[in-house]
Amino acid sequence: MPEVLKAPLVVEFPFTRSLGPVQSAFLTGLRERVVFGVRTGDGRVLVPPVEYDPVTSEELSELVEVAATGTVTTWAWNHEPRRGQPLDRPFAWVLVRLDGADTALLHALDAPGGPDSVHTGMRVRVRWAAERSGGITDLACFEPHDDGISELTGSDGRFEDLVTGIVVPARLDYTYSPGRAQTAYIQALAERRVVGERCPSCRKVYVPPRGACPTCGVATSERVEVGPRGTVTTYCIVNIKAKNLDIEVPYVYAHIALDGADLALHGRIGGIPYDQVRMGLRVEPVWADGGGHPDHYRPTGEPDADYETYKELV
Amino acid sequence: MQRPAPRSAPGPLRDIAVVAFAQTDHRRTSDELSEVEMLMPVLHQVLAQTGLKTSDIGFTCSGSTDYLAGRAFSFTMALDGVGAWPPISESHVEMDGAWALYEAWTKLLTGDADTALVYAYGKSSPGSIRDVLTRQLDPYYVAPLWPDSVALAALQAQALIDAGDTDEPALAAVATRSRTAATDNSHAQLRGSVPRGEYAVRPLRTGDCPPIGDGAAAVILAAGERARELCERPAWIRGIDHRIEAHGLGVRDLTDSPSTRLAAERAGLFERPVDTAELHAPFSSQEVVLRKALRLGDGVDVNPSGGALAANPVMAAGLIRIGEAADRIRRGHSDRALAHATSGPCLQQNLVAVLEGDPR
Repeated sequence: MPEVLKAPLVVEFPFTRSLGPVQSAFLTGLRERVVFGVRTGDGRVLVPPVEYDPVTSEELSELVEVAATGTVTTWAWNHEPRRGQPLDRPFAWVLVRLDGADTALLHALDAPGGPDSVHTGMRVRVRWAAERSGGITDLACFEPHDDGISELTGSDGRFEDLVTGIVVPARLDYTYSPGRAQTAYIQALAERRVVGERCPSCRKVYVPPRGACPTCGVATSERVEVGPRGTVTTYCIVNIKAKNLDIEVPYVYAHIALDGADLALHGRIGGIPYDQVRMGLRVEPVWADGGGHPDHYRPTGEPDADYETYKELV
Repeated sequence: MQRPAPRSAPGPLRDIAVVAFAQTDHRRTSDELSEVEMLMPVLHQVLAQTGLKTSDIGFTCSGSTDYLAGRAFSFTMALDGVGAWPPISESHVEMDGAWALYEAWTKLLTGDADTALVYAYGKSSPGSIRDVLTRQLDPYYVAPLWPDSVALAALQAQALIDAGDTDEPALAAVATRSRTAATDNSHAQLRGSVPRGEYAVRPLRTGDCPPIGDGAAAVILAAGERARELCERPAWIRGIDHRIEAHGLGVRDLTDSPSTRLAAERAGLFERPVDTAELHAPFSSQEVVLRKALRLGDGVDVNPSGGALAANPVMAAGLIRIGEAADRIRRGHSDRALAHATSGPCLQQNLVAVLEGDPR
């Protein structure tokens, strides 16, 4: 069996989120170099602040400034920073309870002294990012600090130009492999052939094959070449031009039952005016240069197929 | 059937049991197989154990996640493996299959179905699981820092060490015991002697971390007499419950797991001792937390399968704990067993099931 195909797959998007009043105040505060918590009904101060009390679910809104100094409540030494993490040299992950807060905030601790210089209970302070825009990374990291509790700024949390949303880029890298059945399908396409797989139980030929018969729930393995000609079973006329699509509208998008297949696949119909495409039209693939799926299907000139021959596939 | 002694939680409306369980051999990569190709043999095995066909199953529920595959609605492709035409009654949870089993259990409780097929699968090999799991974190304050799953577990481990609940040699002993137990488990990925290794994120060493791998599992549930027809010694689910804690890590006491304890209480765990516990503790330090929360004594056989330290196919590892516990009962090696599943960072969400065989 030929080697299974693999290709890089990158999932990347700007994760855009709106903020509620409490998160907005907190992240605006970070931009202005001041840290806010939120006070709960029983007087605890939660940092980072949340909009609802995790114990009582009561809505919270009373902002309280806390110090930019605090105490490490637990830590872990990260000797190999990964992409996106706050520091690109070895650092400690820390949970820090800021002075005036009752809960701890997760962040990085820059500890040039290495893991032996870090311990639970150690005193740290915020190191602000040089450029701040209203995000958790405005707090660049923590750094060791033995000099008492930092003074409060006295801010009441009312800022002009509140941060109301964040955009956080997310990227994950994968190596995609389509598995055995789809690899065989793609490799056949490169030779301008279309192959399906026959179900050993119901004998239907599935194309494109995915390795399983969705009716019987059993593995399909017998490879069957289908087409190249086929019959239009149904179609629609597309009147809206998709972004970056180099095809003039209107065009026809159709389901095509390739000869020998028990399932229609889809493709574009070309070589015929859009308003002359019909159910039963006999078509054949027009291959693009460089392999892959057919660019489109065009009429063969044969008489239309009788409805009885493809009605099960509509 | 003799019911257990009076219980604090109300008993289920119907008796429901695990009657079959199957799993793949869990491997570092399975890139020659698509998800459905990996899953299908397991579905066939679990059906063969009961003699049921897919068309006989009353309800089907699965657990998986798009973030492992890097594709939206990835679970729909796996549906080909269960024969979803003609239409079946089906549902999916974007969680470990243990939660799919919970949904199936509630479906059987309603009386709408007498049998259920539950399956779960995960291929961690296409991506970087440490990075992928950061996407389940709070998107405002935590995810932008990309703290990976090992780092968060390490914070919890250090908290346990500071509290005097464990130390590095004790953690290593957990890992060694688990992987030694897995010697008898042909499906496990890491078996026998595994070095403690270097620090992954201190204080956790590579030996304290689960293997990264691909795998799938499936379970069949049946209600009442149907369970007896399908299985000689059904593993009755006497109670099952799941609970969640605040997502803020700094709000929680990382050395404890009150959600596990509450779920266990509601599942009836503390009414009578269990002889077996299958704990979903991907990191050695998490077993320390769970043993404490569940008040497990030395007499309990913990993770005779090797647990998640021996094989951790993400999204299936929790369902496997239920399946392994049920298999111990079905084979007569256990009379009352606990199964636990977790999800989220540092044991944020926890499910506990109590399984029993008929009195002998």
